[in-house]
Formats: sequence, C-alpha cells, structure tokens
Amino acid sequence: MNPGFGSRLAQIKDAHSEAARFRTRAIIGFLLIAACLSVLGLRFAYLQINRHQEFSARSDQNRISIRRVAPTRGLIYDRNGVLLADNVAAFRLEVVPEQVKDMARLLGELGGVIALSDDDIEHFNSLRRSKHAFESIPLRFKLSEDEIARFSTERWRFPGVDIVPYLTRSYPHGEEFAHLVGYVGRIDEADAEKLDAARYAGTTHIGKTGIERSYENDLHGEPGYDLVEVNVDKRPLRVIERVPPTPGKNLYLSVDVRMQRAAMDAFEGRAGAAVALDPRNGEVLAMVCVPSFDPNLFVNGIGKVDYATLLNAPDRPLLNRAIAGGYTPGSTVKPYVALGGLELGLRRPSDTVLSTGEFFIPGQARGYRDDKRGGHGRVDLVQAIAQSVNTYFYSLALDMGIDRFSGWMAKFGFGKPTGIDLIGESAGVLPSREWKRGRMNQAFYPGETVIAGIGQGYWVITPIQLAQAVSILAARGVRHRPHLVRAIQDGLNVPPAPVALPPADSNILHNVENWGPVQQGMVAVVNGGGTASGLGKEFPYVIAGKTGTAERFSRTDEEWTSISTAPIERHEVLFEAFTPADDARIALIVALEAGRSGAHDAAPIVRKILDIWVKDDDVRNVAGPSP
Amino acid sequence: MTRNLLLRLELWALRALRRPYYDLPLLGALLVLATTGLVTLYSASDLDRHLVLNQAARFLLGGVLMLAIARIPPQVLRNWTPWLYVASLMLLIAVAVLGQGRGANRWLNLGIMRFQPSELVKLTLPMMVAWYLHARDLPPKWLTLGAVALLIGAPALLIAKQPDLGTALLVAASGVFAVFLAGLAWWRIAIVLGAAAGAAPLAWHFMHEYQRNRLRMFLDPEADPLGNGWHIIQSEIAVGSGGWLGKGWHHGTQSRLEFLPEHTTDFVFAVFSEEWGLLGVIALLLLYLFIVGRGLMIAANARDTYSRLLAGAISMAFFVYVMVNGGMITGLLPVVGVPLPLISYGGTSAVSLLAGFGVLMSIHAHRRLLPR
Repeated sequence: MNPGFGSRLAQIKDAHSEAARFRTRAIIGFLLIAACLSVLGLRFAYLQINRHQEFSARSDQNRISIRRVAPTRGLIYDRNGVLLADNVAAFRLEVVPEQVKDMARLLGELGGVIALSDDDIEHFNSLRRSKHAFESIPLRFKLSEDEIARFSTERWRFPGVDIVPYLTRSYPHGEEFAHLVGYVGRIDEADAEKLDAARYAGTTHIGKTGIERSYENDLHGEPGYDLVEVNVDKRPLRVIERVPPTPGKNLYLSVDVRMQRAAMDAFEGRAGAAVALDPRNGEVLAMVCVPSFDPNLFVNGIGKVDYATLLNAPDRPLLNRAIAGGYTPGSTVKPYVALGGLELGLRRPSDTVLSTGEFFIPGQARGYRDDKRGGHGRVDLVQAIAQSVNTYFYSLALDMGIDRFSGWMAKFGFGKPTGIDLIGESAGVLPSREWKRGRMNQAFYPGETVIAGIGQGYWVITPIQLAQAVSILAARGVRHRPHLVRAIQDGLNVPPAPVALPPADSNILHNVENWGPVQQGMVAVVNGGGTASGLGKEFPYVIAGKTGTAERFSRTDEEWTSISTAPIERHEVLFEAFTPADDARIALIVALEAGRSGAHDAAPIVRKILDIWVKDDDVRNVAGPSP
Repeated sequence: MTRNLLLRLELWALRALRRPYYDLPLLGALLVLATTGLVTLYSASDLDRHLVLNQAARFLLGGVLMLAIARIPPQVLRNWTPWLYVASLMLLIAVAVLGQGRGANRWLNLGIMRFQPSELVKLTLPMMVAWYLHARDLPPKWLTLGAVALLIGAPALLIAKQPDLGTALLVAASGVFAVFLAGLAWWRIAIVLGAAAGAAPLAWHFMHEYQRNRLRMFLDPEADPLGNGWHIIQSEIAVGSGGWLGKGWHHGTQSRLEFLPEHTTDFVFAVFSEEWGLLGVIALLLLYLFIVGRGLMIAANARDTYSRLLAGAISMAFFVYVMVNGGMITGLLPVVGVPLPLISYGGTSAVSLLAGFGVLMSIHAHRRLLPR
C-alpha cells in the first residue's frame, strides 16, 4: 500500500510528466465524448428530420380519434304527405361500466326499478365487450314515463346509470304498412359485416325489411363526426373540430294511406294480399298483406316470446304476401291467353269453340272439365272470358303449344320478379319446357299445356306479378315497372324531386286492335252477365275484371262440383280489375288464400278499394304526378 | 480593531475574487441547465406546480450542498476517502439486507427521509479509485489494475443486484474513467475491452429476465409494439414528431396525452425533444458538452493526481448520464433507467450530481495558481 522508499524522488520528478499525460488523456477523453454526443445528435437529427413526417403522422394518429355522429334517419310519407315512418323522441337507460363497482348487483337492483328482460341484459353484455369501459352503453330502450319517474327518485342509488334522450323510429300506421314500409332494427353482427363501418359507426339501427331496407342508402344519411383529442386510453379530452351529420333523405311513396286502410279493412282478417297500380306509370297505389303485425315491436328489439309467436303463427303474419306469396292464378290468366291467341294469329275474335263440359286432347281418354256441367255451348272470345269457359282456353293453349304459350305469357312478367323497389320478391313459376326440365328433368306433356291454359298446374304467381300483368293489359300493352317511391326530398328546404323512372318498355302488342275484344270480355265479366256481374253497380266508371278460382286441395272425388256451390275455403280466390275500362287509371288485384270463388270473396274487396280510390280520382288527376 | 477587521475583510474579498470557491462558467451552465429542467418539467407534468416546486427545493438543497463541499479542501476529502468508501459499501450491504423499494431494493429508510446509498457511491467510488491510484506508479500496471477492478466491482455488483443496472453502469464508468485518465496503456485497454466482450454471454446469463427483455426489445421494438417495445416506439414518435423547431412548449401531445411513459423522469428528454425540436436538442447537448469540457479543464489544472483523477472521472461520468439517457429515448441504446442530469424529476440524483460538482469546485478553488 505504501509507496516504496526510493520512489519518492521519482514521484516528484514524474509529477510534471504525469500532469502532461493527464492533459493528453483528458483531451482524448473530451474528443471521444464530443464524438459520442455527435452520434447522439445525429440520431436525433435522423429521427427529427429524416423521419419527421412519419413520426408526425403517427403522433397525430395517436392523438386524434374520430367520433362519428349518427345522422337522423329520413322520414317516409305517403303520396299526400301523411307520415308513415317518423322519428320520435324517447328515453333510454345507459350505463357507464367504469363507474359501476358491482355490475351484477347493479343490474339486479336496477331490475327492481325498471323492468329488464333477459334480452336487454344479454344485448347489453354483448355491447359491453366491444366498447371501452368509459363509454355509455344502452341497457333499456323506450322507457315509459312511469319508469322515468320511478328511476328519477331512485337515481342516487345507481351511480353510472343515466337516462338519455334519443330518437327512435315510430310507425304511426302500424300494421297497415308493416310489410310495405318495413321496419328498422338494431344492427346485428350479420348486418355489421356487410356495412361500411365508417358510415355506420354511430348508427344503432338499420332498415331490416320493406322500404326501410331497400332505401336504406337514401334514408340513412351521412354521418358527421367530431375530431376528438384522446389520451392513451382513447378517453376523449376535447373536441377539435365538429362536422354535423347530413340527415337522411325523406321518401314520398305513391301509396295512399286511406286506400291502404280501406283495403286492409276490406279483408276482414282473411289471409291474402291486394295490390293496386297506376297503369299509366307503375306507381303502387296500395299494397296490403293480411294478416300483419306491429312493426313498432321490432324497432328496439322484439322479445323472444313475441317473435316466436309471430314466426310460428300458422297464417304467417311476417310473410310479405304481396311480393313473396305464391298463388295459383287460375282463370285470371285467361284474358292474357286470349290476347295471345289473337296476337299469334291462332284465333279471330269471332272464332267460336263448342263447350260440352269436357275437353279431350285428340287421341287421349282423359277429360278436362268445364266448370259448368254440360258445358257453355258455343262461345266466342268475349263470352269465353265473361263466362270463364275452360274449353276455349284448353284448345287455345293446345294450339299455341307450351313454347309459344310461355313465351307470350312472359311478356306480362310472369315467372320473373317485377323489379319493384322492395327486397325479397319471389319469381313465381311460369310453366315452360325449360322450367320443367330444370326443375324435374322431364319433358312437358300436352295435358300440362292444356291446364296451363286456365292457370292451373305448375303456375305460381305473386300478387304483384298479377297486378303488373293486369296493369300492362289496362295500359294496352305498355309495361311500367311497379314502384313505391315517387319522390325523394334531399334536405329540409328542397322540394321533393320526383324519382326518374326507366322509360316504359315498348308495347308488347303487335296489333293494338287485338286489345279491344279482350277488354270487352273483361268488361262483360262485370257488366255483361259474366262471372262477377253486379260488381260495377253504381260505380261512376266502367270496370273491367276477371275472376280466378283455383283448387286449394286436389280433387279426390269424381263429383262434379261447381265453383258457385263449392264450400267456403275450398279455393284460392282472386280478382283482377282495371277502371275506367277504356282509359284505366287504376289496375288492381285481390288474392285470398281461402274462399268460395273469386267473384264471391275477392271481387267485393276490389270494389271497396275502388270506392275509396274514386273519391280522390279527380283530385289526383288534376294534381298531377308531383306530391 | 475596526481597521483590523476591515483589513481582514478586504483580504477575504480579494481572495474570494481571485480564487472564488465556485467556478463561474460552471455555475452559470448549471444554473441554465437547472432552469431548463424546471421549465421542461412544468410542461411534462402538465403544469403541475407542486412537482416543479419540489424539484426546485431539491436543486436548492443540492446547490447549498455543492457550495458547502466547495469549501472543503481536496486534501481533506482525500484523507476521508477510504472511510467514506467503506461506509458507503456498508450502506450498500445494508440495503441488500433490509432495503425497501418498488420491485428493486434501492432505498434505506432513515426515518425522516429515504436514502439511496447507491447515489453516495457515485461520489465515493471515483474518490476511492483516485485515492488508490494517487499513491501508485502511473501509468498503472496489471496489479494496480486488478486492485482497482476489485474496488469498482464490489459496489457495482451490489448495485446491479438491487437491481439497478443504470446506476451500476454510472458507478463503474466513473471508476473506469479514472483509470483511463491515469494513463492506462492503450494495449492494456485493448486487452481489457477484448476480455469484456468475451464475457458478454456470461453477463447475459446473470441478467434478470426483465433486463433481457429490455435488450430484446431494443433490438426489435416493433416486434411487440404494445408490450415491451411500447416505450421505445412512443418515445421515438415523440422525438421524431418534434422536427426542426418542435411543437412548442406545452404543446407536446405525446407526453400531455400520456402516450409517453415516465414522462417526467426517465423519458423527460423525449418531451424536451418533442417540444423544442432538433435545435433545442443540439443546444442542450452543447450545454452538456460544455459542462464536461469545463470539468476536464478544472481537472487538468488541479494541484495533485488525486484531484485530477477525481475531477476528470466526475466530469466524464456526467457525460455517461446524457449518453445513456439520450441513447435510450432515441432507440440507440437499450432502456436503462438513467435520468437526464438536472432535468429528469427526482431528488436523489440531482442532489448527488450537485454534490459532485461541489467536489469539482473545491478542486477548482484549490488549483495551482501558476499553471506549469
């Protein structure tokens, strides 16, 4: 430890060189340090200059979060401006999970003040999983005034729970428009997958059926947003910029609330559908399905029990019969078949057929019956339609052959969706060689052609299809695609703009002269002692129509039964009509799933709808097409 | 009597003027640095006045300690050195046995205040190494080097075991710098460095898992951006988004919105970089370089070997703080908990740093009056 004795002198001598050595080392050390700090400085420069943009962007990403603000949904009106779908103020219960110590206990105690269903709690819990703990999560929608009052006095017991106002969808006409307007419902996982997440970020509800669904894009509107500065937990600290949402567009439908109500009432609860079109432009004037349901039940989540009841009811209230219900058209196809005979040059109006009560395909033993035992005798086209003489159409269909038959009937839109602005339309079935081969891989037999001629056999139509067909006929061969929305209003201070329609298809008739005899036949149905005589009594315009009565059950007996004496509920019954007969402004059909005959059950409903329609006919004509 | 008193006063004033106990350039630089620290902290803490006043109080305490130490002649310090060293080593052992602290045992509770013996070692270790080398033949040979290695290794290992790798590194560095300044031959340096590199895998073996993780994420921070790499990435974002001129005082979003961890302590440099930009950073680095350079100048003019080595070691160790901290927040070096001197919030390091500068000032005050 101690320095050696002799080294003391050397140490003193060394003092100078030691100091010099230190000086050198200090300078080297300083230079090394300066070099190291330079490297550090360069590293800063690299981050702050070379990569500045990248880190700037990442810093902003960190800092700014976009909070979407849901737009107000567009309203839906009828043609006269009566509200069909409204947004009304309501109150919901919201919970901020972060402020709740014991969620299970809170929900238990809260259930004592405000009724909470298992569905509510389940939905709440699933939302909780996808949100931050500081976000307010809805627990119960549509609180009653009573519930609000009760909660307000007990509020102190429930920190983190609050009543929040919101806009909820309301359908003031309930059942009458349940299928047509449809309803909105809470966005579920299946919806969420298909949606533009950015556009729907703040939206809780989406159109599920009807117009609400098919016009979702217009009704929804564009979300606004708040640019919010957030911290590391994404907790919003302040709003930097606010862009208000653009409300959804308002829709004006072509339907008329009064006609819709009259049609609904006229059914008196019997299952079926009615569709009324304006043959001049394809506007849907009324479209009802019976039975119906209350769409308001679905808006804030229908309970499981309610839903099961609706879903499993034997008369299927949830089915939109007007566009997805399948019916056998029966005799309602006869005017089209007759027109085909003229157009194809197979018949002249004056050509007659002898009805003996039974029709035989040459060389075959099986008989095809007329409705009247012993037949109608010798009938021409007008009489054949008026009396609904099967034999006339058996022979005509046979003469046409199935290919020409289905080719012609396709021009009236059978066998394919009409393209109405609703989702979920069925195509129905137009009997044809291709259809049968595709479906059953079998050839088409002449006997099947024969019964296709009277709307039996493989035929399936939807009410909207038949309404379109009769509308084409009423318009003397011109088709307009059926549609419900006639005007769209984009913004509060803008008048509703009529929806541009695709130009009408070219006339399906080669010779418009051929229309006359068919129309005469349909006029005779109502006014010439035909199957629906008396229907046009005391109506200001001439009504043209045609009955249809189709077998609901296969005939097991060989008894000869006539439609007029058949037991009630034996048939699917239909009636199609248009008026005024020469210059139609309405074409409509009624289909009932159970009835004695088209004339007995369906035609009166048609008349009731027409009675309401005619009251406004003048106004409608004068007012023109704009709402 | 009065005349006598006046004469003595005049003499004192003259001496104070010619040989003040404090070095004005160094004191000025430290004042600027401390002020910068307080201003930065005020922003980094989101205008927490309480925190800033706390820090200011520590500066005051450290400043008083610095000026007090400046009055102690280096010879006195030299005589106390072995005792101080042994005492601080005992305290380290005491900490290892009955220390307290979150996750790491660094603190001794002295009743009125908690005390971190490793901070004391930051001073006593270079003092000890300087004291030991002072009496040896210089430049040191292998035997001397071995003894010094023991002097350094014992406290450094005790601190590393706490575990406080950052302080252990600083402590060891100050001893190593003393040996370097004593003129250790370059070839010996090369052999020591080679041996150290060879022993690196051994060090890995003795590391704590969290220390290994820090090394791993340093090598690839983006591999686990929300886990271990989070601090480095957020810190780089803060620094990089500062650009040339920075976002301005109290406009650094990364720290204010709490993306930056430890933004008043270990990562305060990132806040500074975000708010003052590259120009601010360069100014700050130059200020640090100036302090180191001034310290080395004081060392070069010191009266004896002990003073020279001690002053040089303290000055160069000061640089290690800056380098390790700056390297950490820019992703240049692994995350090691070393504060940015006189800017990071935290009392113990500020006080011990200022005490170190007190030693420097004492050495300055008792320098050779006539150079050469």
